[in-house]
Amino acid sequence: MIKFVRVYKAFPSGSLALRDLSFHVAKGEFLFLTGHSGAGKSTVLRLIYAEHLPTQGEVRISGFNTAKLNRREVSQLRRRLGIVFQDFRLLEDRTAEDNVAFALEVTGAKRSVIAPKVMRVLAQVGLTAKAHQYSNELSGGEQQRVAIARALVNDPFVLLADEPTGNLDERATRGVFRLLRDINANGTAVLMATHDLDLVRHANYRTMELQDGALVFDSKVDQQAMKKGTA
Amino acid sequence: MSLAFREAFLAFRRWPALSMLSVTTIAFALFVASLYGLVALNLRRALQNIEERVEIVMYITRGTPVEVITLALDDIEAFPEVARAAYITADEALQRAQRELVEFQGIFSEFDTNPLPASIEVRLLPGFRTSEKVGAVAERLGSFNFVDDVQYGDDWLAKLDRLRNIGAVVGLMIGGAFALASIIIIGTTIRMAVLQRSREIAIMRLVGATDSFIRRPFLVEGCIKGALGGLAALGLCYAAYAAVHRLLFQAEFFSTQQMILVVAIGTGLGFLASATSVAKHLRQI
Repeated sequence: MIKFVRVYKAFPSGSLALRDLSFHVAKGEFLFLTGHSGAGKSTVLRLIYAEHLPTQGEVRISGFNTAKLNRREVSQLRRRLGIVFQDFRLLEDRTAEDNVAFALEVTGAKRSVIAPKVMRVLAQVGLTAKAHQYSNELSGGEQQRVAIARALVNDPFVLLADEPTGNLDERATRGVFRLLRDINANGTAVLMATHDLDLVRHANYRTMELQDGALVFDSKVDQQAMKKGTA
Repeated sequence: MSLAFREAFLAFRRWPALSMLSVTTIAFALFVASLYGLVALNLRRALQNIEERVEIVMYITRGTPVEVITLALDDIEAFPEVARAAYITADEALQRAQRELVEFQGIFSEFDTNPLPASIEVRLLPGFRTSEKVGAVAERLGSFNFVDDVQYGDDWLAKLDRLRNIGAVVGLMIGGAFALASIIIIGTTIRMAVLQRSREIAIMRLVGATDSFIRRPFLVEGCIKGALGGLAALGLCYAAYAAVHRLLFQAEFFSTQQMILVVAIGTGLGFLASATSVAKHLRQI
């Protein structure tokens, strides 16, 4: 579903953000992407939603090589992805409902379709009661839930979350993480970049660690190697 | 499309101060250009009034039969350059001279016979009142064998030609400068509005909006701002015109078509400025 094949990413300044990165994310999988700040976690996500293109290697999303997509196709791709950020990136002068509806409006969905779908995802993230509140009137945890609802409203096959709990207190972090697990349980793959190792340790999901742009640990590969060793 | 209109109107509601600033800036930029247009219009009208006095006078040889002159009048009026031709008898010429040249009243009364000749006064159509064209018509009129002399004030016409040419060149330069300044000011104003919403544009792109989807509300907004700016510029121009008309001299305001043109130019500039600003911004994200 998401496949990186020997990906390198260099920036115009000359710094190398990713080096020889190869991995595969399967349908419905939950994957933690960990590493220190600047390790390349966000770059991996940006390559998936085609904000960046690889300098070398291939990034394939649902079989499509992102380097070969035109701007319109990039828009089409993003409608099939759900993206959540640490800083929420909500339209502050719009209500929670409007923010979620906006992601449907850009697809040209009809109003009659938009309203029930928006209410369904807001219910899913537990924000039905706050649908008409402006996003800047909501707490950090609630704003992140609105962002998740917006990411979910187009029924994405994968949810990309870039440090989604980075700006939240512990309680809100637990709530948002529980929500991501529920979403994954319903069949949506989740790729979550985080440096919150407590969160990673307490969940039994595949974990990949990046260091200076290189993959230094992949729990899936290590487990497979371990199984082969014991067999 | 209704979504684009809704988003455009929402932008006015969300950023009323910035929207008002944009409209006001566009209004003043267009006001300066339109005011110049109004001045140019009135100058051109004044020039046209002077031009209307362009006349060729054919002095007729004494003793020419009236029938010959009447036939010639028909021929002259058939010239494509001629608006009308009028026969002035010698008596009529004297009466007019006595009426208009009051200071020579005494001299006229001393004459036993009328010294003034009969004439044909020929007025030309607009577009044929340049020195060159009047000269050509005068030459043809002079070929009638009953004509003693033809006069049309060639020195005065040459001066009028020069005035017209200077007016056209200066008008083009100043008008071009004003138009360019307006385009730059309107472009910068709209660009500021686009930059102010760069975060919103980035979010739109992230949730999968296409470039044309992002562009549409901005284009509608640009058109509305341009049209409102154009209307406000017309209002300001009218105030300036009314003041001049009441306090200084009789002036003329834009015709309905010209007023529509001012608003259309404002709308078009708003559209163009938005299109280029958004396109430039989209290329960067």
